[in-house]
This record gives sequence, C-alpha cells and structure tokens, in this order.
Amino acid sequence: MTEYFLLFMSAAIVNNFVLTRYLGLCIFFGVSKNYRASTSMGLAIISIITLSSMLTWVIEHFILLPLGLYFLKTIVFVVVIAVFVQMLEMVIKKFMPTLYNVWGIYLLLVATNCVILGVPLINSEANFTFIKSTVNALGSGTGFAIALILFASLREKLQLSDVPKSLDGLPIAFILAGMLALAFQGFNGMIPL
Amino acid sequence: MNLWKEFTKGIVAENPIFRLALSLCPALAVTSNVYNALGMGITVLFVITCNNMVVSVFRNVIHPKVRVPVYIMSIATIVTVAMLVLEAYIPVLFKELGIYLPLVVVFAIILARAEVFAAKNSVIPSMVDGLGMGVGFTFGMVTIGAIREIAGNGSFLGYQILGSWYHPPLIIILAPGGFIVIGFIIGVMNLMEKRKKDKSEKAEMAAGGMV
Repeated sequence: MTEYFLLFMSAAIVNNFVLTRYLGLCIFFGVSKNYRASTSMGLAIISIITLSSMLTWVIEHFILLPLGLYFLKTIVFVVVIAVFVQMLEMVIKKFMPTLYNVWGIYLLLVATNCVILGVPLINSEANFTFIKSTVNALGSGTGFAIALILFASLREKLQLSDVPKSLDGLPIAFILAGMLALAFQGFNGMIPL
Repeated sequence: MNLWKEFTKGIVAENPIFRLALSLCPALAVTSNVYNALGMGITVLFVITCNNMVVSVFRNVIHPKVRVPVYIMSIATIVTVAMLVLEAYIPVLFKELGIYLPLVVVFAIILARAEVFAAKNSVIPSMVDGLGMGVGFTFGMVTIGAIREIAGNGSFLGYQILGSWYHPPLIIILAPGGFIVIGFIIGVMNLMEKRKKDKSEKAEMAAGGMV
C-alpha cells in the first residue's frame, strides 16, 4: 500500500508533469487563462489519462508483446487513444448532454496530446504492472490538474498587474510558470524512486 | 525564387518556436544542452519533411473527412522509422531524448504544416516548406540550448568555454530555467519587432511630410 501511495505522490508532486517534465504545455498555457475552464480541463485530463493508460496496458501486454510487435508501440498507442477519446465523446454526447456541454470541447482538445500519450509510454518504459500503471496515471493526471488550477489562479491575478509591454501575454506567463516550477523544485528528491 | 521564399519563411517570419509558439514541450525539455537540442531539431526536420512529402503525394486520394487520422498515422510511421534508426546508430542520443522522441508524433507543428501547406501544394514546394520549418525549428532549439548550456554550465557542446571564474547558476539547466529563458526570449523578440515597427512608422511619417 505504501508503495502505491509513494508512486502516486511521486507522479503527482515530485515529478510533476508540466513543471518538471514539460509535457502538456500547449494545454497548460492555452486553457489557464480561465479558472473555471482549467478546473474542467483538469478533470477531463485525469479521467482520460487513467482510462487510456489502462487500455494501452492491456493492448501492450496481450497483443503487442505476444505477437512481437513491440516496435509498433507508438503508432498503436496514438491511434488507440485517439479512437478511444472520440468514442468517449460520442457516448457522453448521447447519454449525458449536460455533461457534454461543459466538457465536450475539452475531450476533443486532449485527443492527441503529449500528456495523454506520455503516461502510457512512461508506464511501458518502466515496465509497470497493471495496478502500478493505473496509479501512476492517476497521480500524473492529478498532478497536472493541480498545476493547471494553481497556474490559472495565479494568472487571474496577473491580469490586474502592470507588466512591461514587451513581456505582456505569453512571455510573462512563461516566467510565472518558471517561478511555479521553482516552488515545485523544492519537492525534488523527497521520494527516492 | 519562390521556393527560396517558402524556405526562408520558416526560419524567421514564421519560426515554429518563437513565432507560432507551437511544439513547446520538446523545446523546453531537451534544450538543457546544445547536443540534445540539435539531435531533436534534426529528427523533427526529417519527420516534418518526409511527412509533408507523403501528405502532398496523396493529397488528392485522402478523403477530407478522414484526413487527420491519416496524417497522424503517417507521422507515427515516420517517427517510428526515425526512432529505429537513432536506436541503431546513435544509441546515446536515443537514450538522452528518451520519452520525448516518440512524443514527436503529437507535435502540433508537424500536423499543422500537413494541414495548412502540404494538403494544398505539390510535392516540391511541400518538401521545401518542410525543410524550412525544420531548419527554423532546429535553429530555435539550438538557440535556447546554447543560452541554457552557456549560462547554466559554462560550456558549449560539452567544451568548457567560460573559465573557472564563472560559477554557473544551476537553475538555468533545471526545469524552471527553461521556462524563464524562453519567456525572456519571446519578450526580446517582441521588443525587437516593436522597434522595427516604430522605425518604419517614423520613416513613413517623414516621407509623408516630404510630400
């Protein structure tokens, strides 16, 4: 149990996806202008990341490895995740229209994204078991959501402050992200892997 | 002449890293030194050029409704080829780039060039566009890599160039440094653009006064 807890914390905080591994920056800078949007996005990411890493684990261990097709991993993962997200979108649209109105667009945005593809690849590189992969995915998603929501609330404050003209917009957002990453750097080495 | 224009636009006017702010994930992750940045840049140059050619060859055959999945399949195949080649011939670089290599598949810039340019143009211009964008990407990566390696480690391509008097701030090659460096680079580019604009406006005013 402790092992899983440590894995979760390590994925969520110590090796935070955005702030130490630089994955998912497009979403991180694109969605974080708005606090509400970033909360929905965070939830969408957590759910999709967990489901798709479970799916890819099954495919890797029951199809790719027995057939010796390991080198096709990248292609298969990309296609499987894209198809899965599209199907999820259709199902939600049909059965839960209210949820779709809030979430729908975010589901499509993450269909081919480095976070969603990154976690299955990391799991497969580290040769995790099924439960470990799921815990790692859950932790990574949670870490991403935490970083996104923190950053969005910082950025809302930033709109009221007086920024040098040439740094306004994206550049100051980058520098702010650097400061946030500096804070997260403090967790570095807390959990030896 | 026209082809030359297609080539150069990717390097300066539409530089994929500084101007379009696309594909930033890798730009930050592997630019802690020049060697890795160069390796990643050349891989992307290869992938984007090949993919542009493939898409442009098949542009009249692909049904518009399924075009994005087809593009992704094509990119994923080319990336797999690049990975296998790197693993066989430059295993050190393959290890250094690690997880970021398969993630080339989801770089927005590659899909964007296929969609915006290669799907509408013939093979040679598409290839030149891919080469230009790839060179621009490599140039951007190496710039960031050079700044981070020189400032954060006092070396360039592994050779110590600053003397022992220089105590490098480690933070530049760690994760936060990447964000801060790229923020300031975009800021400087904004400043330069504004200067240029002001100058041309002034010149116009002067010309108007003459008439």
